Amino acid sequence: MNDMSLVERRLVQDEIKITARDVQVFYGEKHAIKDVNVDILDKTVTAFIGPSGCGKSTFLRCINRMNDTIDICRVEGRIALDGEDIYDRRVDPVQLRAKVGMVFQKPNPFPKSIYDNVAYGPRIHGLARGRAELDEIVEKSLRGAALWNEVKDRLQEPGTGLSGGQQQRLCIARAVATAPEVLLMDEPCSALDPIATSQVEELIDQLRQEFSVVIVTHSMQQAARVSQKTAFFHLGNLVEYGETDDIFTNPQDPRTESYISGRIG
Amino acid sequence: MPVFWIVLIVLALAAAGYVLGQSRALTQVDGDARKLHSRPGYYGWNVAFSTALPALVLMVIWLFLQPAIIGNSVSSTISDDAIPEGQTRGIVLSEAAQIADKLSSAVSQGVLSRPEMMALRVDDADGMGRLKDAGLAVLTRPPVLGAAQQYLGMQRMGSIWLGILSLALAGTGFAWALMRTKPDFRARNVVERVMRGMLIACSSIAIATTLGIVLSLVFESIHFFRLYQWQHFFFGTEWTPSFGGGSKLGMLPLLWGTLYISVIALLFAVPIGLFAAIYMSEYASPRVRSVVKPAIEILAGIPTIVYGLFALVTVGPMIRDWIASPLGLGNSGSSVMTAGLVMGVMLVPFVSSLSDDIINAVPQSLRDGSLGLGSTRSETIRQVVLPAALPGIVGAVLLAASRAIGETMIVVLGAGAMAQISGNPFEAMTTITVKIVGQLTGDNDFASPETLVAFALGLTLFVLTLGLNIFALYIVRKYREQYE
Amino acid sequence: MTDATDPGTIPAQPARHTSGSLLTASARTKRRNAAEARFKAYGIAAIAIAVLALCFLMSSIVRDGAGAFRQTYASIPVTVSAEVVDPKGNRDPAEMAKVISLSYGKLLDDSLKAWIAAENIRIEGLSDADTKSFFSGEAPARLRNMVLADPELVGQTVEMTALTSSRIDGMFKGRVTEETAALDSKTSVAQFRLAQAMKENGALVTKFNGDFITKPDASDNRAEAAGIGVAILGSFYMMLIVLILALPIGVAASIYLEEFAPKNRLTDVIEVNIANLAAVPSIVFGILGLAAFINFVGLPRSTPVVGGLVLTLMTLPTIIISTRAALKSVPPSIRDAALGVGASRMQTVFHHVLPLAMPGILTGTIIGLAQALGETAPLLLIGMVAFVTTFPAAPPEGFFDPASALPVQVYNWTQRADPAFSERASGAIIVLLIFLLCMNLLAIFLRRRFERRW
Repeated sequence: MNDMSLVERRLVQDEIKITARDVQVFYGEKHAIKDVNVDILDKTVTAFIGPSGCGKSTFLRCINRMNDTIDICRVEGRIALDGEDIYDRRVDPVQLRAKVGMVFQKPNPFPKSIYDNVAYGPRIHGLARGRAELDEIVEKSLRGAALWNEVKDRLQEPGTGLSGGQQQRLCIARAVATAPEVLLMDEPCSALDPIATSQVEELIDQLRQEFSVVIVTHSMQQAARVSQKTAFFHLGNLVEYGETDDIFTNPQDPRTESYISGRIG
Repeated sequence: MPVFWIVLIVLALAAAGYVLGQSRALTQVDGDARKLHSRPGYYGWNVAFSTALPALVLMVIWLFLQPAIIGNSVSSTISDDAIPEGQTRGIVLSEAAQIADKLSSAVSQGVLSRPEMMALRVDDADGMGRLKDAGLAVLTRPPVLGAAQQYLGMQRMGSIWLGILSLALAGTGFAWALMRTKPDFRARNVVERVMRGMLIACSSIAIATTLGIVLSLVFESIHFFRLYQWQHFFFGTEWTPSFGGGSKLGMLPLLWGTLYISVIALLFAVPIGLFAAIYMSEYASPRVRSVVKPAIEILAGIPTIVYGLFALVTVGPMIRDWIASPLGLGNSGSSVMTAGLVMGVMLVPFVSSLSDDIINAVPQSLRDGSLGLGSTRSETIRQVVLPAALPGIVGAVLLAASRAIGETMIVVLGAGAMAQISGNPFEAMTTITVKIVGQLTGDNDFASPETLVAFALGLTLFVLTLGLNIFALYIVRKYREQYE
Repeated sequence: MTDATDPGTIPAQPARHTSGSLLTASARTKRRNAAEARFKAYGIAAIAIAVLALCFLMSSIVRDGAGAFRQTYASIPVTVSAEVVDPKGNRDPAEMAKVISLSYGKLLDDSLKAWIAAENIRIEGLSDADTKSFFSGEAPARLRNMVLADPELVGQTVEMTALTSSRIDGMFKGRVTEETAALDSKTSVAQFRLAQAMKENGALVTKFNGDFITKPDASDNRAEAAGIGVAILGSFYMMLIVLILALPIGVAASIYLEEFAPKNRLTDVIEVNIANLAAVPSIVFGILGLAAFINFVGLPRSTPVVGGLVLTLMTLPTIIISTRAALKSVPPSIRDAALGVGASRMQTVFHHVLPLAMPGILTGTIIGLAQALGETAPLLLIGMVAFVTTFPAAPPEGFFDPASALPVQVYNWTQRADPAFSERASGAIIVLLIFLLCMNLLAIFLRRRFERRW
């Protein structure tokens, strides 16, 4: 597994999916994100690392405008998806979020059946023309989330009855079913045990073939294991961004070095 | 008010006990409080509690039981032949009580001395004349006068004995507690045990209240069902009470009116209250919320008499003149529609503030999950938040239903008093609560089925609402546990 | 890792639906946004309907009730003729007291006629009945009290401000018009014209009616003299009893349940019981009061003591629920700190937890009191609806005197025929609502002022 990803890491994708320029985020008076510039590539796993409270989750939530749901939050600068400014007045956040899916820190399956959880996105976006097509999407998504074999016999049972790791994979299947182009993951493994974590990590590596994946993690080991690109955030600033291998072996900025060697964070 | 003075004396004694207990404890250790087991104040409290509590408890029990005991013993001295044809023992007793009232005010005004009053006879022209001059004329028969005198005599004996016993009890407690005051006496533990007992007693008042409600409803209802067949009460479709006898006391028309009005009220209040709650919790900005939420709480506190008056004076005539009369559906100002709509308005703040709490209990992560998939807010609410909140909302609706069924003033003033089963919402109908008020206001004869039926109605109402409440509270509780 | 390691299960995705630009909304998005807007509009509509209904309620109460605070008085010179009020001529107060109010009514009537003649007012068809029913039945009684208090007035002509009848009063509040006066047996067109003429002359004034707030209720045909004095005092007495009983009992019960009670069946029963008691219809408490306090204990009917006890039992659950919430919001670290320095549990509660929870407890108590103040149904059953015109004495004896209560007074007036009572009922409601508003504002103020964030 490790060898394979090392090989793949060399296959550098150069198609840029998301561009961020001079992004500033304010929570009321607090300046949470300062001057962030970053290019996120397609079909790549990009990891955001940094000490807690450094703004990595905040920036992640900017990419699909989840910050809109927080009243006091204000975003400035330009974030573009495929060259289109997502903060443009004409952009409907609902349409944006269909393209940029999100998986959250804590597994949050809806209090519905497993099937309905996965079918929820396709239903609201009208992706399936009939029951058969919907069944197909659900199956593919659950397979894609490496959950199909575990739940195929109990699709009508409530999603809340699954174990923590299964719940998180269900949430990933739910996000995948909407057929997004970008998948944002906000510390997807922080509430999971080590075995569930390794399952989800393997899954993330698989997902890279289809999506641009952005993952926020507090674990440097995880970032090293799953990502090709890594961005290090510190106190609201993007300190360093580059190839994961370079960041971990040869950091340019002293702050990155301190963090990686465990002196801050 | 001799009881008032006894209470004051006991309290004064307790206060003295506090001071004495404290100083006695201190003098025994030469003023060095460190050598005492407890802080000096606890020794004081110990004496004060020992003095006041037993005496006060005795007084409360005594005063609670004395009227019933005296009433029974006076009643037993009145022979059956002393009760005139067409009257009941109850009427004779209340006559005796009235005369006793007059006699005691005669004594307090100095018209008669106490021995004179106790010796008064019906044919005693002088005594009776003096009473008449003082505006306290007593016209009665010997057995009733005798009963009244016995009544007064026992009352006097009662209060004398109460005074003696409670003061003796207070004094004993005082002396005993003071004697126990020694440096190694664990005053704090004793005082805290007593306080704990008092706290427990206070919490059990809630149970005592429920017990009181159940007992008073059940006992009087049993009286009623002895006089009136229960089948006719529960399944009768006619309500025509007449105090002359031959009443028909079927509950169904009242139940029908109650349910009809409640359903209209809920049809109005639930959608509006629910949508208002959804808007408040999902769309409104924090500033709007911080203004509107307390406002809704204040509105929920508007007394129902206000809504009742509104129904009577404004809504009733309006519905009659604008809707019912032009459509030929009726010409009554009070109607099911009037009461139902006004009750609906009353329930809106209730439903909305309960639903608001329940919707807010749905975790934010579920909303985030749905929004993160690209659903709109309304899709999130309809397909994720509301299904998650459904049990809680059902509970809230049931609580609202129980309120609607038990509501009194709006229906008394808005629904009318016609006991009938009809489908036309513009006709006057009546409810269980209206009839409870109707049968129990004014002078009551607690031996006639027409009065006692109110207790059977009350029991029905209590059981109905209690069932709804227990079920609703159970659902809401389970719902909350799910998200805690 | 079951299926992920399966060869050939590379996540095959459904066809992407939104290959279009983000900047143009797809047809489906437009539809969904329209549904969103509709849904939001339902919410706004619901709030609007609720607010409108409540505004309508408030405005109709204020519109109907404002008149109760203004009253029409006639201001004419009254000759206190000695032959009428002091037939023996010896100015002996005891003798003068034997002259009943009816004779004073004649004085007023004569004075009015004399005034009409003096002012040269001519009204067609003005009958004796019209001048006689011009004044309130209360006016002669007040004149009598005035004369008895000051015998010097006998034989003099005094300028008197006399209460007019409710019909005359209604003419200046839009309740009685010339057309309705023609159909009304208690007034007439001539009386209407007389009133208009007197108004032009300045002899009739409509001014602030302080008597409404201070005077007791009046009988069925003296609506103009009815006031809410006894009702306010009765309500006040009951609130006093509720406060004295419910606050300590409620706080004690909450302390036990929240801080000491072991988790067992009994406490469970008490908890469920309190929650249910809070939702029992108020009228059931009235039945309890009637059966337990009046029939069993033998307390007198229509008295504040019985009303206060019933309302106490009703308010207790509210106070207990809010007190427990207040106690619960005091963080456990405070208790640990106090226990850690060797305080007993009782000392911990009374020295630390209770003072910190006090603002919350007071807020709950005020809200409970406000609820009790507006409660009507249980009071009807314990006889508070009786017609009471004498003020109860000072407490504690006054607790055992018959009294009325504000909301019951309102109900009482709605049951009377004269439409002037309906105006007074709304007026009493306004007073009640002002009290409630003040209590609620006080509660909100306390909450804002002393609220702690832990």
